[in-house]
Amino acid sequence: MTTANDLIHLPAADLAERLSSGEVSSVEATQAHLDRIAAVDGDVHAYLHVAGDAALERAAEIDRLRAEGDAGLGPLAGVPVAIKDVLCTLDMPSTAGSRILEGWVPPYDATVVRKLREAHLIPLGKTNMDEFAMGSSTEHSAYGPTRNPWDLDRIPGGSGGGSAAAVAAFEAPFALGSDTGGSIRQPAAVTGSVGVKPTYGGVSRYGAIALASSLDQVGPVSRTVLDSALLHDVIGGHDPRDSTSIPDVWPSMADAARAGRRDGALKGMRIGVVKQLNGEGFQAGVTQRFTEALTLLEGAGAEIVEIDAPNFEYAIAAYYLILPAEASSNLAKFDSVRFGLRVNPPGGGTVEQVMSATREAGFGPEVKRRIILGTYALSAGYYDAYYGSAQKVRTLIQRDFDAAFGRVDVLVTPSAPTTAFRLGEKLDDPLAMYLNDLTTIPANLAGVPGIGLPIGLAPEDGLPVGIQFMAPARADARLYTVGAALEQILEDRWGGSLLSQAPELAVATAGGTN
Amino acid sequence: MSEISAEQVAHLAHLARIELSPEEIESLTAELGSIVDNVAKVTEVATPDVPATSHPIPLVNVFRPDVVGETLTQEQALRGAPEHAEGRFKVSAILGEEQ
Repeated sequence: MTTANDLIHLPAADLAERLSSGEVSSVEATQAHLDRIAAVDGDVHAYLHVAGDAALERAAEIDRLRAEGDAGLGPLAGVPVAIKDVLCTLDMPSTAGSRILEGWVPPYDATVVRKLREAHLIPLGKTNMDEFAMGSSTEHSAYGPTRNPWDLDRIPGGSGGGSAAAVAAFEAPFALGSDTGGSIRQPAAVTGSVGVKPTYGGVSRYGAIALASSLDQVGPVSRTVLDSALLHDVIGGHDPRDSTSIPDVWPSMADAARAGRRDGALKGMRIGVVKQLNGEGFQAGVTQRFTEALTLLEGAGAEIVEIDAPNFEYAIAAYYLILPAEASSNLAKFDSVRFGLRVNPPGGGTVEQVMSATREAGFGPEVKRRIILGTYALSAGYYDAYYGSAQKVRTLIQRDFDAAFGRVDVLVTPSAPTTAFRLGEKLDDPLAMYLNDLTTIPANLAGVPGIGLPIGLAPEDGLPVGIQFMAPARADARLYTVGAALEQILEDRWGGSLLSQAPELAVATAGGTN
Repeated sequence: MSEISAEQVAHLAHLARIELSPEEIESLTAELGSIVDNVAKVTEVATPDVPATSHPIPLVNVFRPDVVGETLTQEQALRGAPEHAEGRFKVSAILGEEQ
């Protein structure tokens, strides 16, 4: 007998097996998650929209198809999934965490969302995020911050804090995220969950509300490496609607994750520790758990090599020129004409004045900051010095990666320099906030894939620490193998998942919170 | 120190079509100054011999067959608009009175 409590704690892979065997129905699994959302999301605020009845209807439809013996059901049929609000959904508002898109229901599904539906997954709702994915704490959401399930006074990371908190609080088995400079991997680190930024072009960006088009990539968020791999297999592959989509045929990421659980998976694997992304500037407990993880990898047969990547030091500077430049252009479409908010200035005005009043009212402070910065970086007289130089740094960082991957199979860094900080702590200091993506930004600049997974709790604060592996472009599968191998070693030592050590959340009942 | 002035921020805000308040201009002037000071370090290594990269995974000649594909209907395209009339997006005057 599987209880509702079991259903929300099962990894997606196990839930899929029970659905397929008929032991549980999709309606039961979906209802269990909706109940969990009702019970804890008042505190966590991972969701901006909950699908509710639509999710249950779709679940009932999948149950009916299964009862009829439909042979076309996907391996994850009937499993619920959460969707970051940056992704367009036909049947749910898609706000990207911004007031300017409040209530907007797109006329089409993002390709990744269409693929979820075609694979018979059940969308549970839309998850909270920093406005237009600009931030590392979810505090820049126009709809209020998401809170970290490990400590409700702390940030869940960002921009995809909603998706990470949803899986960490057992409000969804897995979720979709997007990662422009770490928005999947950094929230994974601070919530004790798993997240993957695929190779640029490996997953379609069609219908993902663009932040910085040359950096954005959609990817999976989950509690286990295998679950991310399963979701990656659903959403990945070529999309003719995205001109930057790679036409490659991809291997099964799930098979790669399963291969990581076999004996000797790490034997002979060459793992490079990036000198520039270790030690100084990192919280002591982060460095401690990271060093321990390296010892475990070595003990499992991997070879640890130090790698010098001198230009990584310039990654944040280049990123905060390239991203605002691209964002200032991408966000020009929010002009009060075709969708979203319109604010008329007192006494009316020209279309240009309406536009300016709308953008003043509809954008939050971080979005304004980055649009103005990007406009500056692209303006005549500064373009060559700033945007032009940043693009050259991008070349240098790619060369550092190329040189590194000539010597090692994967690179490894902590996923974030610190554990989860307190809400409000860095909100008024943009530069301090930008440093949270220190280790994750290089992968976006070079287009290479990265995975983040938990490696323990920092002794000083008892909060999760994450590790990041990066692989050459197109070698995403390798990350799942290494990630699953390390996950297995750690869980054997812990006697279960790290998230099973998370404190119980207070559960709201009809009469209040108990 | 960078030389970003309040006038410059006001001009950038005009270019970006954001009607900033005087308080916002003041705080953004200080913030942008310190951000630009920090990101300017890219010029240290961006020597003339280094080519620029605009996209991480270079692809060339991405075409699709020149056939009519799926498009939104007029109703779908207009559905999210703040205002529309006679099958078109409706906006206020393009030109001000003085023009």
